[in-house]
Amino acid sequence: MNPFTYARPGGAGEAVEAVTADPGACFLAGGTNLVDHLKLGVASPTALVDVRGAVDDTIEESPDGGVRIGAGVTNSDLAAHPVIRRSYPVLSSALLAGASGQLRNMATTGGNLLQRTRCVYFQDVTTPCNKREPGSGCSALEGHGRDNAVLGTSEQCVATHPSDMAVGLLVLDAVVVVLGPSGERRVPLADLHRLPGAEPERDTVLERGELITAVELPAPLAEGRGAYRKVRDRASYAFALVSVAALVHVRGDRITEARIALGGVAHAPWRARRTEAALEGRPLTEAGLRVAAEAELARARPGKDNAFKVPLAVNTCTAVLRDLTGVGS
Amino acid sequence: MDSTITLTVDGERRELTVDTRTTLLDALRDRLGVYAPKKGCDHGQCGSCTVLMEDRRVLACLSLAVAHDGARVTTAAGLGDGDELHPVAGAFLDEDAFQCGYCTPGQICSAVGMLSEVASGWLSHVTEDPEGPVEATDAEIRERMSGNLCRCGAYPHIVAAIRRAAP
Ligand SMILES: Cc1cc2nc3c(=O)[nH]c(=O)nc-3n(C[C@H](O)[C@H](O)[C@H](O)COP(=O)(O)OP(=O)(O)OC[C@H]3O[C@@H](n4cnc5c(N)ncnc54)[C@H](O)[C@@H]3O)c2cc1C
Ligand code: SF4
Ligand code: FES
Ligand code: FES
Repeated sequence: MNPFTYARPGGAGEAVEAVTADPGACFLAGGTNLVDHLKLGVASPTALVDVRGAVDDTIEESPDGGVRIGAGVTNSDLAAHPVIRRSYPVLSSALLAGASGQLRNMATTGGNLLQRTRCVYFQDVTTPCNKREPGSGCSALEGHGRDNAVLGTSEQCVATHPSDMAVGLLVLDAVVVVLGPSGERRVPLADLHRLPGAEPERDTVLERGELITAVELPAPLAEGRGAYRKVRDRASYAFALVSVAALVHVRGDRITEARIALGGVAHAPWRARRTEAALEGRPLTEAGLRVAAEAELARARPGKDNAFKVPLAVNTCTAVLRDLTGVGS
Repeated sequence: MDSTITLTVDGERRELTVDTRTTLLDALRDRLGVYAPKKGCDHGQCGSCTVLMEDRRVLACLSLAVAHDGARVTTAAGLGDGDELHPVAGAFLDEDAFQCGYCTPGQICSAVGMLSEVASGWLSHVTEDPEGPVEATDAEIRERMSGNLCRCGAYPHIVAAIRRAAP
């Protein structure tokens, strides 16, 4: 591990300045991803700027009926918060499906969004990886490919984004509040994570020195029902092969609003707009739910080891929609 | 780069100078001689380094010591009251909840943290009725303890011990 300095600024502005001024600096939050990367040599900053004293760690209800979550709120406090449990249960469920009790006590909202891929080659510095070392090649294309993405991949990178929380937040239309060297901006979560394209080294649209200070949720969907379902190799404590977050509003025999997101299938948490469009306003039938799920996955381009993810995503999405709407039961 | 920090470990205030790269786990074991937390994987995957930080269970191997200056840390060795074993530790003995014992201090700290999470009404991934009371059933114990691996496979006895210790 390279030597580094450690600082704990007391305010967000100071933290942004510290990282902007020093090209070797990076933010540290709960450390559950970054400290691992320091050990593995995946990250080698020369200065760590601890943000835990600089960003808010409280959850506030906002006047418009929504919620503002400080970037320093831990995953366990967020999942346990009465307002989140009552009004945004899909977020609680997504959080509780991730990692372990110990890790959720450490991991923060900001850090969870910006955790990096679990691609085994990204984490192994002895292998080529375009994300870690641009231009070196992608070992996952020919190598172990079971965990790879099936949607929105590029020739340069087929990694997935590992967060469960982000998939839950995506159906809640969350907005990420970012403080940078030139002030504050708001980025819809749907625009935060990039697809790999020709620049897989860039996970998100954030620029150097930009600090996530909060995540804002609009007022909950009235009478909407939500669910998060995660499919993995073990019953617990494993990353998603595929996950589905869904929020639907049903009136009579029709879905009036559907918001669906998929995890484990792409470089970003993936909003299934085609599934949503195929559901909204149509009569509810079990076949219709499946056709809608298939509409999103029709664009899937799996590799040699992960074709199973396509039917798995279709089946999981269909099952979640069936549970939420009561169709076919 | 060195930094001087203070930790309260198992009730005792300790001051030490650490390289900023030192994890809490290495500080405890190599610098302070507190050997209860174990190094299994050193990457957050096994739970054998679990300690309580301000009464919450965390992984010492993914915590940098400098980032926890001033913290109160409790390891499995500091849970008891004098010669009295902590009830969770006692239940591990009564139920024979280990073989080699390597994962045990982490299991015990994790169980103590987990039982207080249950007492606070925190839900888990397997909680069937979010509105109902939260209890330490076998299914809940298994899910909530999934971050602690046991290479000896003592899981059934670990679950029994925690069930016995649960209020
Ligand atoms: C064994 C294991 C299993 C896991 N399983 C799961 C799982 O099943 N599901 C899941 O979703 N996750 C899982 N995780 C990942 C875990 O959720 C993340 O590591 C965690 O959420 C990261 O948050 P953190 O606060 O610890 O971030 P850190 O490790 O401190 O930081 C992560 C990154 O974010 C940057 N950063 C942190 N905060 C900010 C901020 N406010 N603004 C800008 N940049 C910031 C840091 O510079 C760093 O690059 C697992 C992790 C481990 C070790
Ligand atoms: S998939 Fe992406 S992260 Fe994995 S080896 Fe290829 S370039 Fe690296
Ligand atoms: S040694 Fe910390 S989790 Fe394995
Ligand atoms: S008792 Fe040996 S690893 Fe658990």
